[in-house]
Amino acid sequence: MDVVNQLQRQFIDYSASLHREGFLDDQFTQLQKLQDDNSPDFVVEVASLFFEDCEKLINNMARALEQQQGVDFKQVDASVHQLKGSSSSIGAMRVKDVCIAFRSFCEAQNREGCLRCLQQVTHEYSLLKNKLQTLFRLQQQILAAGGSIPVVE
Amino acid sequence: MDSCNCIEPQWPPDDLLMKYQYISDFFIALAYFSIPLELIYFVKKSAVFPYRWVLVQFGAFIVLCGATHLINLWTFTMHTRTVAMVMTTAKVFTAVVSCATALMLVHIIPDLLSVKTRELFLKNKAAELDREMGLIRTQEETGRHVRMLTHEIRSTLDRHTILKTTLVELGRTLALEECALWMPTRTGLELQLSYTLRQQNPVGYTVPIHLPVINQVFSSSHAVKISPKCPVARIRPAGKYMPGEVVAVRVPLLHLSNFQINDWPELSTKRYALMVLMLPSDSARQWHVHELELVEVVADQVAVALSHAAILEESMRARDLLMEQNVALDLARREAETAIRARNDFLAVMNHEMRTPMHAIIALSSLLQETELTPEQRLMVETILKSSNLLSTLINDVLDLSRLEDGSLQLDLGTFNLFAVFREVLNLIKPIASVKKLHVSLNLAPDLPEYAIGDEKRLMQTILNVVGNAVKFSKEGSISITAFVAKSELLRDSRTPEFFPVPSDNHFYLRVQVKDSGVGISPQDIPKLFTKFAQTQSTATRNSGGSGLGLAICKRYTFSLHLVSISVIVVVHWLQPNLYTGVFDFLAICLMFYLLYYVIRFVNLMEGHIWIESEGLGKGCTAIFMVKLGIPERSNEPKLPFMPKVPTNHGPTAFPGLKVLVMDENGVSRMVTKGLLVRLGCDVTMVSSSEECLRVVSHEHKVVFMDVCVPGMDGYEVAIRINEKFTKRHERPVIVALTGNTDKVTKENCMRVGMDGIILKPVSLDKMRSVLSDLLEHRVLFEAI
Repeated sequence: MDVVNQLQRQFIDYSASLHREGFLDDQFTQLQKLQDDNSPDFVVEVASLFFEDCEKLINNMARALEQQQGVDFKQVDASVHQLKGSSSSIGAMRVKDVCIAFRSFCEAQNREGCLRCLQQVTHEYSLLKNKLQTLFRLQQQILAAGGSIPVVE
Repeated sequence: MDSCNCIEPQWPPDDLLMKYQYISDFFIALAYFSIPLELIYFVKKSAVFPYRWVLVQFGAFIVLCGATHLINLWTFTMHTRTVAMVMTTAKVFTAVVSCATALMLVHIIPDLLSVKTRELFLKNKAAELDREMGLIRTQEETGRHVRMLTHEIRSTLDRHTILKTTLVELGRTLALEECALWMPTRTGLELQLSYTLRQQNPVGYTVPIHLPVINQVFSSSHAVKISPKCPVARIRPAGKYMPGEVVAVRVPLLHLSNFQINDWPELSTKRYALMVLMLPSDSARQWHVHELELVEVVADQVAVALSHAAILEESMRARDLLMEQNVALDLARREAETAIRARNDFLAVMNHEMRTPMHAIIALSSLLQETELTPEQRLMVETILKSSNLLSTLINDVLDLSRLEDGSLQLDLGTFNLFAVFREVLNLIKPIASVKKLHVSLNLAPDLPEYAIGDEKRLMQTILNVVGNAVKFSKEGSISITAFVAKSELLRDSRTPEFFPVPSDNHFYLRVQVKDSGVGISPQDIPKLFTKFAQTQSTATRNSGGSGLGLAICKRYTFSLHLVSISVIVVVHWLQPNLYTGVFDFLAICLMFYLLYYVIRFVNLMEGHIWIESEGLGKGCTAIFMVKLGIPERSNEPKLPFMPKVPTNHGPTAFPGLKVLVMDENGVSRMVTKGLLVRLGCDVTMVSSSEECLRVVSHEHKVVFMDVCVPGMDGYEVAIRINEKFTKRHERPVIVALTGNTDKVTKENCMRVGMDGIILKPVSLDKMRSVLSDLLEHRVLFEAI
């Protein structure tokens, strides 16, 4: 029980820190609320879908921006829009913020700005991925130890 | 001696006398015979001679006389008795005929004489007709001249040309020596020589207007002969023998106002010009009547032409003025548009910037609540949270672009507990008041209903603001808050004559009085408080005299104070938990200013009124406001008050088996939405493209959620097609748009294609639940943020 409590406390702290640092926002909490006995892996599924999506989109954007002649900003914009939608659906706040800035650069057709944003997005995304993977690992450990995931308000 | 019948003449034949008689007789006979011949000859020639038979008679008489004289010739010598007999016969006949003729002539001669009279009469008549014709001809000439002059005058609308032409033409028509026009000066006391015919540049001669001769001319509408010696006529070089006659006529200077539709211009105009015409000197010409008439007519025409010219000038000037004004207005409009655009841009940025710190504050305060705190600290943190929530609502309202654009601030009406609102306000104010050592008392009237329908948040803000002001302005003493239902007699206040509240069965007027014992305001200054606010929007706010305080001041004050205070609070709290008192004051003050703007808008929206009474400086003041609240029906009373954002437990499935269609291109958000809906018990079908959506949608699906802000995929198009597919309204699923931005354009587009609602992403579980319940109940949502 002690282990479980400890693990749970760790989980709560980690979760809180993620929120505090702005990696996740309220939307993530909402997602966690949707998880129940009927769909126990809801959050994980959504997260994996998000990662896949993200990678695909980032690749698309990188390819589009690499073109030396005539960057297709429309395509880049479409990808950013998708990414923004995905990140806001999952509650990835930082990623979403970068996407917002990215969009304005796209509208201004500023290639340098876009490249910078793309770098930022990639960075944020990998950070988030790591954090979430840690979080999910903690969850697994709690479940394995026989406890239940504490609900973080 | 033989007896011969010869008759001896009396005289001896050789007598000289005899000879003469013989010759005379001969000639007489000759003449007498030739007269009838002449007569016959001439009568034959003439066409008309009514007295033929008189002629015959006369002829006979003459012939017989002639015969007598002829026969007399034989009696100068010895002549036989036969000759004497013939002679005698002839004489007898002659006598008879001549007597007859004499008798005849008595009748004839008067006739002949009357013929003569008639002839004379006819001759007179002819002379008269000749005269008349001469007159008519002259008049016709005059008329022609007038027409020609008028034509010349009226062919131009330029004042100078008109006057010059008049003078020239008049001069030519009437063969004048000099023609001059005197115009009244601006002051109206003098006549100035403005135009002359011969002198090219008239010197600025002036003549006082009140000369008797001028008055005489002005008072008559005819042309008046004036003396050549009077000042107006003395403008030609002197030294002539006999100056020609001078005539002067008035030219009325008509104004637009003189032309009334009903009656022709009464010459009630006071301004006249004077036209002076001079005949050539040494010509002994005189002014004829027709010439005077001509002059009068011309003067009238000139008056009319001048007024037309004046009107034209006037209208040109007005048109130029209008064009200038147009240009200025255009400029102003463009500037205003620029200003509005700048403001909107600013607000758009601020929108995001303001929400971010708010998140931080709320999140941090709620985290803080979780930690170990002393009761005092907990109270303060709770106050921070509550105030921040209020502020968050304010931000939403104040900075919400679409609402500002529309100018429509809607109230969130709901049933709420009125007593709880007051208690809440009291709790919020107590800390500050206690610090300032002010005593706050709340007095709720017994007939005040516990529950009311209205906008709870904003009512609370209003009361908080008013009370806060009272607290701020009082250094010591007490604050008393009284709330009661306003009765109809008290509703009409002499101070607010424009405010006529009418209570009805489902509404009552809540009257709140906040009395403080602070510095007070002198009664003269009270109106000044209310004059600085500029009412911007809603036509509902018609309190003339406008109520409120400097909006700009409030806002500016609060923005800066707000930022400063929030940062101070956060910093100070982390460092020194006990230093809260002064900081709270600070927070309270800045919040008050910010909320002040709100109060006014809210009060106006609620068809209420707010005013301040004060006895004077040092006597404290009372702020009173009245708002209209709804009375909930009996059956609604037990309904729980609508408290926002209370996380309800994840209850049992709210909408079992509800078939829902979700269309979203984005995989992640599709999954999230599905998760939400599955949680609520719906049967979710997911599609990722519009074709698929149209294929799959059926009348079994009750709700369709579609993402409309994906570029490249037209969610609106799908909505239109769905609308077409399901013609009967009850078969059609409710269409709701999920979108990341709720600006006006998106909203309009959604409304246009027939969508029933619009939800702002990201959606929380509670929001989805409430949206679905609203939708299914009302079949229309229109916006959920």
